Amino acid sequence: MSKILAPGTAAPDFTLPVTPDQRLSLRALRGQPVVLAFYPADWSPVCGDQMSLYNEILPEFQKYKAEVLGVSVDGVWCHAAFAKDHNLHFPLLADFEPKGQVARAYGIYREQDGICERALFVIDENGTIAWSYCYPIAVNPGADGILEALQDLTEKRKSHGQVESAGRGK
Amino acid sequence: MAKLKVPVAASDHILGQPDAPATLVEYGDYQCPHCGHAHPIVKAVRKHFGERMAFVFRHFPLTQIHPEAENAAEAAEFASAHQRFWEMHDAIFENQERLGLPLLSELAAELQLSPEDLVEALRTQKYAPVVREQFLGGVRSGVNGTPTFFINGQRFDGPAEFNDLVEAVEAAMPKARGERAG
Repeated sequence: MSKILAPGTAAPDFTLPVTPDQRLSLRALRGQPVVLAFYPADWSPVCGDQMSLYNEILPEFQKYKAEVLGVSVDGVWCHAAFAKDHNLHFPLLADFEPKGQVARAYGIYREQDGICERALFVIDENGTIAWSYCYPIAVNPGADGILEALQDLTEKRKSHGQVESAGRGK
Repeated sequence: MAKLKVPVAASDHILGQPDAPATLVEYGDYQCPHCGHAHPIVKAVRKHFGERMAFVFRHFPLTQIHPEAENAAEAAEFASAHQRFWEMHDAIFENQERLGLPLLSELAAELQLSPEDLVEALRTQKYAPVVREQFLGGVRSGVNGTPTFFINGQRFDGPAEFNDLVEAVEAAMPKARGERAG
């Protein structure tokens, strides 16, 4: 079985449909943190709660300038209906054709079920995975792990900035 | 395992003694049917443990799926400002299927609070910051839906029927106390 990509790994780039006539590339978001939330399926109760929770917390993610992207193997029309029903205000990407290709690249595709794991990635502004975690499929992971990772990124950036300016001072 | 990041404090809505051997914290949403289901269960669990357990309720309104939840939470805070939190809390859950501004005004009147003041407080979102603060504390503690329970600071992920909660709270009681009682 494949393994979930670990922190420090370059996040594999991808371009996926986000609506029936729009596509979104990960590299287009370079320069800001990205939260990739892979989930098994639209409409299943846990996923609905999980996406509703992120929806509610969007203002907090925005404080870190982070972009949140939901990803599952469902198609764009299914995503559109799901997002409308749940009043979601962030993009859902369709890892639909070739099915699960992006999930495979991130090491979280469940071959036996044809869906992806419930897994979270926080990618830094340079496109490197800063934090990743794969949850049991039936458990809503909440958002505490994501927020801690975003906070760590902010602190790292701050201390890095201090080191650089100290270096220049010499 | 997710842990409660915001310790129980004097500013909390608490039933029972803060130094009780067990504390059950619920993050809940007044429009959530699962929280409505949990309401009488929590009452029964409180009765079962008596003074051995304290109960704390914190707001976690999921406003994008529950449009009435925020107003309900702010109405409970309005009642709290007049020392009537728990009466409002119970009344909202007991009338959950009629949740909305007319119900909240009616409940305020029943508690001898001014419905006009309530409507004004909701319009100006006077209690929104308090509700938001509780919500964000919940997010940082790993609240992942409603209701989410914490027993002595640990998130409880199991099913939350009466027997499940009683068993989990009992298991979280400090051991020494049980021995002394025996």
